[in-house]
Amino acid sequence: MIEAKGVVKSFGSRTILRGIDLRVETGETLVIIGGSGCGKSTFLKCVIGLHAPTSGTVAVDGIEVAKLQDEHDIADYRRRFGYLFQEGALFDSMTVAENIVFGLKYLTDIPRSKYRSIASECLALVGLKDVEDFKPSELSGGMKKRVALARSIAARPSYILYDEPTTGLDPIMSDVINDLILDLQKQLKITSIVVTHDMKAAYKVAGRIAMFHEGRVLQIGSPDEIRRSSDPRVRQFVDGSSQGPIKMKLKEFDAEGSQAHLASGGKS
Amino acid sequence: MIESALASFGGGLLALAEETGQFILLSRSTLRWLVRGRIEWRQTLIQMSRIGVDSLPVTAMTSFFTGMVLALQTGATSKHFFNTPLFVGTVVAFSIVMELGPVMTAIVVAGRAGAAIAAELGTMKVTEQIDALYTLGTDPVRYLVIPRLLAFLVVLPLLTVISDFTGILGGLFVSQVKYDIPAIVYWHDIVDNMEVRHFVHGFLKTFVFAWTVAMVSNYKGVSTRGGAEGVGRSTTAAVVVSMTLVLVLDYFATALLNAAGIT
Repeated sequence: MIEAKGVVKSFGSRTILRGIDLRVETGETLVIIGGSGCGKSTFLKCVIGLHAPTSGTVAVDGIEVAKLQDEHDIADYRRRFGYLFQEGALFDSMTVAENIVFGLKYLTDIPRSKYRSIASECLALVGLKDVEDFKPSELSGGMKKRVALARSIAARPSYILYDEPTTGLDPIMSDVINDLILDLQKQLKITSIVVTHDMKAAYKVAGRIAMFHEGRVLQIGSPDEIRRSSDPRVRQFVDGSSQGPIKMKLKEFDAEGSQAHLASGGKS
Repeated sequence: MIESALASFGGGLLALAEETGQFILLSRSTLRWLVRGRIEWRQTLIQMSRIGVDSLPVTAMTSFFTGMVLALQTGATSKHFFNTPLFVGTVVAFSIVMELGPVMTAIVVAGRAGAAIAAELGTMKVTEQIDALYTLGTDPVRYLVIPRLLAFLVVLPLLTVISDFTGILGGLFVSQVKYDIPAIVYWHDIVDNMEVRHFVHGFLKTFVFAWTVAMVSNYKGVSTRGGAEGVGRSTTAAVVVSMTLVLVLDYFATALLNAAGIT
């Protein structure tokens, strides 16, 4: 179980998370939605320990990563997680198989002789075959995402954190990745947090959906509850409308001022 | 006007202080991993090959020409004053072994391997590969920084020794071709006037340069922000800061060694 209490995260004078309270039950898939810059990815990084919360706590199975000091305890904590990065974050200098088994050396006691077969098994789980010796640069975007997913499950984690798993993929490949997330959930009984702003993906894979807005949890509920939400900000987001209480500038500059500048021939 | 100038000056000072602090933190973390002794030997060997073998042709060629031009200038100057080229071997060897060999090699390797390290680590940073290392159970300092630092500490002194040798050979070549100085005279100029401590003086400085170039390049790489443009900025900064620090630290290292009697 993952439990966040009053998590605040600031970078210098910028506060990204302003008090997140969230609980993810074992075996559940929680989807976090929200606009760009609302703190979704920052929250994931606080959960795995890449960022330490400025205040508040994140506990996984009762363990607070921010308080861990001993190297073995930290390794034990990380072993519980698989993390799928937005762009895959595959190591360019290694082959697909080397990428997949990379963490095994540090996270497990599995002998090296088994690495190759584990790489093939993980690839099969994400629907790939015979790509073990390819370099990431030789793969398509969708294949890279699958390999990254294979890498995140190689050490048999109890939790997988997905950071925008369908971003940058075509609609069909996005749906394939969604199916894979569901498949892994069924086969490996993994607890997951999926960060996305793809509502189709959110409805498909979520047990519950939490909407973040300006560093806070705006609403949390089942996909149906979110779909029928009466909160105008949630409605605007799930409908994908530019009109509503969440203000996004159409242009990041003063249109009248720029027109006047152009009219004067740039002499201002 | 004055206010904005002061604000910009203060902002610059704050940024410098922050960067220095982060550099010290990285150095502390690096020392901790070194003390623990859990070294990624395979990565270290790969880096030795990249930094050492790949830099060898360019460092050897640079020092060969440096030795040539030193011999050319020494011969011309001594001919001007004494009508004959004198002590060409001595001047070339002293200059190369104590100063130019270590400094030129460090600068060339900073431009080649230091830039490559900053660019590689910078790209890894902006594509989240460094975060991925963490999530896969290894510390980026242990896996990335230590092997590159160790490789520099082993390879730069070796490259410098080779550069010293090729530089002296360059001087010999010009002495013979341009001034008809017999090889035996050139060698005697060197061995009669030089002692082991002169070589040790230059050799010890290479460790200071190796640490500096490696840590600056590593730091600039892992602290990269802002995509492709950030990688470019880090790479340029790594080279400029490394080269400047090599020249600045050369003075202080020389003063220190002189004070210790290694001169």
